[in-house]
Amino acid sequence: MTTVIADGWTMTRRNMTHVVRAPEELILYFSLPIMFVLVFGYVFGSGMQVAGGGSYREFLLPGVFVMTMLYGLGATATGVALDLSRGVVDRFRSMPMARSALMTGRSAADLLRALLEMSTLLVCGLLVGWQWRQGVGKAVLAVGLLLLLRIAITWVGIYLALLVRNPETVGVIVFPAAFPLSAISNVFVSPELMPPAIGTISEWNPLSATVAAIRELFGNPGLGGDSWPAEHAMLLAVLWPVLLIATFAPLAVRRYQRLSR
Amino acid sequence: MRRRQRTVRDPSAPGRTVGGMTTFEVVAEGLGKRYGPTRALDTFDLTVPPGTVHGLLGPNGAGKTTAVRILTTLLRFDTGRATVAGYDVLRRPEEVRARIGLTGQYAAVDEILSGRQNLELFGRLFRLGRREARRRAGELLERFGLDEAASRSAGEYSGGMRRRLDLAASLIRTPRVLFLDEPTTGLDPRSRNQVWDLVRGLVRDGTTVLLTTQYLEEADQLADRISVIDAGRVVAEGSPDQLKAMTGGDRIEVVVRDVAELSRAARLVASICGAEPELDSEVRRLSVPVVDRVAGLVDVVRALDDAGIAVEDIGLRRATLDEAFLHLTGHRPDDAREPVGAGRTVEMA
Repeated sequence: MTTVIADGWTMTRRNMTHVVRAPEELILYFSLPIMFVLVFGYVFGSGMQVAGGGSYREFLLPGVFVMTMLYGLGATATGVALDLSRGVVDRFRSMPMARSALMTGRSAADLLRALLEMSTLLVCGLLVGWQWRQGVGKAVLAVGLLLLLRIAITWVGIYLALLVRNPETVGVIVFPAAFPLSAISNVFVSPELMPPAIGTISEWNPLSATVAAIRELFGNPGLGGDSWPAEHAMLLAVLWPVLLIATFAPLAVRRYQRLSR
Repeated sequence: MRRRQRTVRDPSAPGRTVGGMTTFEVVAEGLGKRYGPTRALDTFDLTVPPGTVHGLLGPNGAGKTTAVRILTTLLRFDTGRATVAGYDVLRRPEEVRARIGLTGQYAAVDEILSGRQNLELFGRLFRLGRREARRRAGELLERFGLDEAASRSAGEYSGGMRRRLDLAASLIRTPRVLFLDEPTTGLDPRSRNQVWDLVRGLVRDGTTVLLTTQYLEEADQLADRISVIDAGRVVAEGSPDQLKAMTGGDRIEVVVRDVAELSRAARLVASICGAEPELDSEVRRLSVPVVDRVAGLVDVVRALDDAGIAVEDIGLRRATLDEAFLHLTGHRPDDAREPVGAGRTVEMA
């Protein structure tokens, strides 16, 4: 058990050293949410409506937080796929280390990284006029929900990388998939304002649950609708990530074990 | 200097049995591995005595890498049995992993981390304390001539440096058995020689090495014994000299000045060597197998001189592993990717 934790920590440190030694990747992942805040918040923002009223930028920021978590999928999957394609995973697997460390280390490092991304984004948010209005306790809870979502996304990413293995293919899959996933949700537009069919899909989108829940916890506008998912956002914001982890973690572990087939 | 064990070992019975335990460091018995209808390995047998270098020689797709992946616990197998460093590969993989080093076809190092950080990372994962990992990393960097590049990212290293770092990573805890899967593929001749020297040094210190290669010269340079693999099974095994002998051994070659003299020279040579020479009138050359190399050569030179046949060139040609390989498998060791014996021809330049 101690070796599982020690090796997991060693691998976590390895992945964190990557962030320090190659910060370009982190900057790339930062530039995307900041661009979205600028484009949607300032360029399109004046034409955007928030169901129930309120500032669009304040409505937008929680959505951008969630989107940043989602785009972490690319970082996770690319990182794991790179290790796989370059034989680094084979080296680890031929060593007397805990085999779980590769995944636990990745998961822990991505969580730390998400924490770093969140702190930076919160500051950026404050700079463009976003704020939390319900006290520190609920704000911390909101960040907790974001990190829970990130853990779920990490496991999806690990599984995806083990499935396709080629880092370039991972890139080709992740970004075209991630954009519609964030667009057909309540990230940019309230689902009540969408055509009914698309609005329903948006409301059931796992991302929407977290967005709605943190809007509530931060006290931001856009608490939309009286649909079931909108009314139970808090429950779904916990349930969806837990369900994703319960599905993709075992799948990833199985895929990892199947490397020896 | 090299292959010092060959003289002391009887190749027909290389291992001893002590109390039911063999003294082999690597044993594979009837290993089989299928991928769907393809047999990657088919009743693969191998025994490697301690302190020796065993070469697995074969073309791409012959099953060399599959064998190494099985023996290093990376891959399950369907049939047979394998032990490494005395432990069953299937039942005690942890024990095996603690005693082996692996350097694969790709330099499996972290490209973002520096050379030093790589070795420290692997040291920690090999259960060295933080201090000990740092000390060992420094030691290996120096030994492998990487201390000046120690703080640069491994991704910026040249191919040879990366391979040396990879090799250093497999030696963090001096392994009992080192697996080298095509350790010099893609390296320039100088780097290749460096890797060979490092391997020789390790064997001197008692490490057992299993080496796969598609370079005949590499097997010839490093290996005490060679298994020639083709289509998942061992088609021949022996010392490099034994394998070369399978093609008929050494030959004397004579080039006469006047092509009209060729058949007369051939008759003379045949009577001396007791074998019918092969003739190539286009280049005025005859070639004949010889048993006693030097005496045979002296006799041939004298006889040709006495008969007044003008000779343009005469010499002994050693059999090459290339010929042995061709003879055993019916095709060249590498199909297309690199020319046969690329190492040798390039090295001349």
